[in-house]
Amino acid sequence: MSLDPVTLAVLKGRLEQIADEMDATLARSAFNPIIAEARDLSHGLYHAETGETLVQGHAGLPIFVGATAFAVRAVIAAAAQEGGARPGETWIFNDPYDGGTHLNDFRLVRPVFRQGRLFCWIASVGHWLDIGGNVPGGYNPRATDAHQEGVRIPPVRLMREGMVDPAIVAILQANTRVPLSNWGDLNGQINALDLGERRLHALLDEAGEEVVAEALAALSARAEALMRSEIARLPDGTYAAEDFLDNDGIADAPLPIRLAMTIAGDAMTLDFTGSAPACAGPLNISRATTIACCYVALKHLFPEVPANGGCLAPIRFVVPEGSLLAANAPKPVAGYTETILRVIDTVFRAFAQAAPARATAGPFATINALSISGWREAATRWVMFCFFGGGLGGNPESDGLNHGNNPISTATIPPLEILEAAYPVRFTQWALRPDSGGPGLHRGGLGAIYEIAVDDPRGAEAFLLGERGRFPPFGVNGGGNAAPNRFGYETESGWESPPMVSKVFGVRLAPGARVRLETPGGGGWGEARARDPARVARDVRLGYVSVEAARRDYAVVVSADGTVDAAATAALREGGAA
Amino acid sequence: MSAIVGVDVGGTFTDLFALDPATGTFRTGKVPSRRGDEAAGFLDGLDTVGGVGGLAAVVHGTTVGTNALLERKGARIGLIATRGFRDVLEMRRRDRPHTWGLWGDFVPVVDRDLRVEVDERTRADGTVLLPVDPAQVAEAGRALRARGVEAIAVAFINAYANPANERAAMAALRALWPEGHLCCSSDILPEIREFERTSTTALNAYLQPVVGAYLGRLEAALDQRRFRGAFHIVQSNGGVMSTAMARRLPVRTALSGPAAGVIAAAAIARAAGFPDVITGDLGGTSFDVSLIADGQPAFAAQASIDFGLVIRTPMVEITTIGAGGGSIARVDAGGLLQVGPESAGSVPGPVCYGGGNDRPTLTDANLVLGRINADRPIGGALARLDVDAAREAIARHIGAPLGLDALAAAEAIVRVANARMAGAIRLLSIERGHDPARFALMPFGGGGALHAGALMREVGLKATLVPRFPGVTSALGCVLADLRHDQVQTVNLMLDGLDAAALDARLAAAGAEARGVIERAGLPIEGVEVRFEADMHYLGQTHTVAVPLPFRLTSGGTVGVHAEAIRSAFEAAYSAAFSRLLPEIPIRIANLRTIAIGRRPPLDLASLAPPPGASRAAAERGTRPVWFDGTAHETAVWSRLDLPVAAEILGPAILEQPDATIVVDPGLMARVDRLGNLVITRA
Repeated sequence: MSLDPVTLAVLKGRLEQIADEMDATLARSAFNPIIAEARDLSHGLYHAETGETLVQGHAGLPIFVGATAFAVRAVIAAAAQEGGARPGETWIFNDPYDGGTHLNDFRLVRPVFRQGRLFCWIASVGHWLDIGGNVPGGYNPRATDAHQEGVRIPPVRLMREGMVDPAIVAILQANTRVPLSNWGDLNGQINALDLGERRLHALLDEAGEEVVAEALAALSARAEALMRSEIARLPDGTYAAEDFLDNDGIADAPLPIRLAMTIAGDAMTLDFTGSAPACAGPLNISRATTIACCYVALKHLFPEVPANGGCLAPIRFVVPEGSLLAANAPKPVAGYTETILRVIDTVFRAFAQAAPARATAGPFATINALSISGWREAATRWVMFCFFGGGLGGNPESDGLNHGNNPISTATIPPLEILEAAYPVRFTQWALRPDSGGPGLHRGGLGAIYEIAVDDPRGAEAFLLGERGRFPPFGVNGGGNAAPNRFGYETESGWESPPMVSKVFGVRLAPGARVRLETPGGGGWGEARARDPARVARDVRLGYVSVEAARRDYAVVVSADGTVDAAATAALREGGAA
Repeated sequence: MSAIVGVDVGGTFTDLFALDPATGTFRTGKVPSRRGDEAAGFLDGLDTVGGVGGLAAVVHGTTVGTNALLERKGARIGLIATRGFRDVLEMRRRDRPHTWGLWGDFVPVVDRDLRVEVDERTRADGTVLLPVDPAQVAEAGRALRARGVEAIAVAFINAYANPANERAAMAALRALWPEGHLCCSSDILPEIREFERTSTTALNAYLQPVVGAYLGRLEAALDQRRFRGAFHIVQSNGGVMSTAMARRLPVRTALSGPAAGVIAAAAIARAAGFPDVITGDLGGTSFDVSLIADGQPAFAAQASIDFGLVIRTPMVEITTIGAGGGSIARVDAGGLLQVGPESAGSVPGPVCYGGGNDRPTLTDANLVLGRINADRPIGGALARLDVDAAREAIARHIGAPLGLDALAAAEAIVRVANARMAGAIRLLSIERGHDPARFALMPFGGGGALHAGALMREVGLKATLVPRFPGVTSALGCVLADLRHDQVQTVNLMLDGLDAAALDARLAAAGAEARGVIERAGLPIEGVEVRFEADMHYLGQTHTVAVPLPFRLTSGGTVGVHAEAIRSAFEAAYSAAFSRLLPEIPIRIANLRTIAIGRRPPLDLASLAPPPGASRAAAERGTRPVWFDGTAHETAVWSRLDLPVAAEILGPAILEQPDATIVVDPGLMARVDRLGNLVITRA
């Protein structure tokens, strides 16, 4: 029997709505702003035996779309060792080597049974604010093994017969600086699973297990077919790309990521041979994470392909064991976000060679995990933790977006008023960063400037894990690179910049002292000198581009109020070099 | 001098509903909208329902604000911000237009060089760190005026916690520009979250000159005709406000017209004995859905009119999906049939309009199946529809790739469109925990009732309620809508150790102020109801649940605040939303909301009912073949408005009226109720 396309479309919508509602339930009931405001979460339905992603919510963090399948697989293996999954149980873990990403991401995985048989798994992933380790918030830029990054929980049963195991909760609570926040988030994730399970049972009651199972199989096959048709549109060949991480926070040496993308008919090989070996600092990722972030890159390039495991079927991965991209325990992984962004950049760079007309210039591609932390009273810690925005790349249609979020995320930034109300900090600037977008026919979007003062009489300390301080976001088709990331902090002797550029461990901030983060823009698309001088003049009038940069990068002579000197511009453009 | 007219000006038509409450008589009207010369179209419309002489009131649902936002045709405005923060508006919440795919751009409604910073700062606790310098504000105002701005918005950081600096800035600007369009964030939306507050304030300023000028033209035209009644505007929250308030808060008109439709739907549904309905307005490019439970529409706290154009103010919650009569059907690369979101619109329109589009639409499918009458298109703009062209387009674009004949392909298009509409309905109902078996569908607009049977079946709705005049529902809503005024204030109060007396005084003052707004509006009302709500959460959460507070404004100036009553109300609301309460965590009141409603005299909807002389025989219009589930049925056609009360029509049947077509599927029964509504149930 084969489902008709109409029934299939109807069931697809119903299943996606279940995952969407789970996303919304956690976002609305979570405690820490990383989940509640920034939506660092994900929910979905996963295959009973293989753990493959079946259906994913739209609001979930893109990187989790690929990674959670590996997490469910880890739970399947753990359950098998203990006699198999049972109704009423929910598993919890954060082991990054088994499930991808990093220790802060807690996964709750629950089997859904129908008439005594396992039908599928549902899972909830959310980023908890703090899980121990040397650095509040977990982004320890100096970690040299994972035990310095926080507590590692293997897959264990959090709930049996519908009841939470208080022993597990007690262990979790004892290993965090913010037990109430984590308790709230844990309950939010249970809320989401409860709702998802209820909704799924209602759908199965109505449509029948067999029909829904068949729909899920058909959706996976359809995703594969769509991905194959997208790959087949690209010319056969091998496209080589490389990009670099600034350093691993321990030694100041660049880490190369190299990719050979081979297109052969409707199949693709992504070969990362030649990438750096696993590093001493926290920039390692597991093989599961590497595959998950390639999935994110491909989804951005082919947005119409549905989000389920089928779309990975036409892709072969070569990831050298023991490399930066297939690291094993206990290599530190807290800064995984930086590495996956750079892997995504290499996929974008290779694609730009295969299909220049559809290429997108590099996004800012660093999350800048900043935590500022102090003590309210003797034993109460406050931890302000935030990721920051930057510019997106110029593209065939338009200039890049000013102040967007990273490709791995759909997270919105917490309002500064929420941060100021919750923590003793005061923002002194929250602005677009002039001249940060890569020059181009279509300019890269602007990054931002965030300046924050400590408003606590006891002072505070700051930690940062960021990148793109030495290797800026790239332009394509002749477009220029964006401005690199910059960080500074105030001391008694004035502003200082950290030796590892964007990696900072516990610098002391006196009361009133400020930190200043200037994030990269996006790369430019196409030749900057081909940009209409009137558009360059508008950029100058709006303060996106300085008078000097207009002359240097665009060969446009313009005054600060946006008046173009047409003759001087023509002479400059004809003369070649500025 | 008692007649009242509701006027809904849409993109294509201006719809009118005129009622004389003294005699219980009414008239409906429909004239083409006159874009750019709205006043003339408005008066044309009034003439069709008897002119302005003797009118007590005109209540208007408008899309002038919506269109100005969507088309970016608001005023040139300036924004004055705290030093260091002029880019809040442009930086948004660091979002992007699409989850997947990194393309897309954003142009804010105020250019960066018209956003000026001044020295000032308030802390999160409301203390003023740096007072604003009026001379600096005046200088900024002069500079902006020199650049030709038509309005100025002021939005300072943490102004929700203390409006002092914004008020001082407004005073300086007012002195400089007494007649200027000015607004500030603590006045428009004193609620935490700088982007949402700034955006709402800036969009308000952006609309002030446009909406003000529009209302001015209408008022001048009405004056010229010696109109002496009251002229009011419907807000996005479905309540009516004075034109003075609409000039001050035009941002509250963004969903004016659609909200009026939902208000009418709620009133009709209550009167017909269906307190729980889901409305479905099928237009040319979109399907708008809203939910009415226990007779009350659902509300949303904010909406994005377009990417980055965020308005935060209570609105009737209307979910829109890109599935309308003009939505184009196609088979995608993976072999799946898709309908919409791409649309042929009304120009060139569906294939059958003969306007040059050759890709099949939902309307073409309905036509080929015989569900729409090719010889009597609704709206009256075309003489007839081209069935052959529609059939050919469906066969070529859908039938051939799917291996179906034209009729089967047309049915497939309708089924996929039904599935999408059903999905939108489910998202609002089932997915929020409402049992669909309690709800009836209320289709309005011209095409909603074509799909009622399928939507009932797919979602599991118990019935369909087709209002007597589906095409003028929003105009009717203007006549029915209550007066309403909403106010919010961020307070961030802990429930433990609450100063109940202080909160009581605060609520009493807010309630009295809101009541005053209603009483000054000048429309006849039966009474004013003041309600209080709180946005509450466990300390540490940033999102909140809306908690109705069990307090009432009394003549003694107190509302009877009691902490334990607030706690119980919160726990009830939290339990309804989430499975787990957290009794060990303290509770906080984030925002207080005050809602004042001026109840309008009720309209007896029985005045819309069919005249006593109507007869079933006079309503017969012969038969035509219509396809249902792969088979042609020779189907009876009826003139809907000529059917008498209690007439029962067994499906399959087609009921036609000038502004809508109703399909009664096989196995369903339609019955005319005492108010003239059509109630469709399983036979």
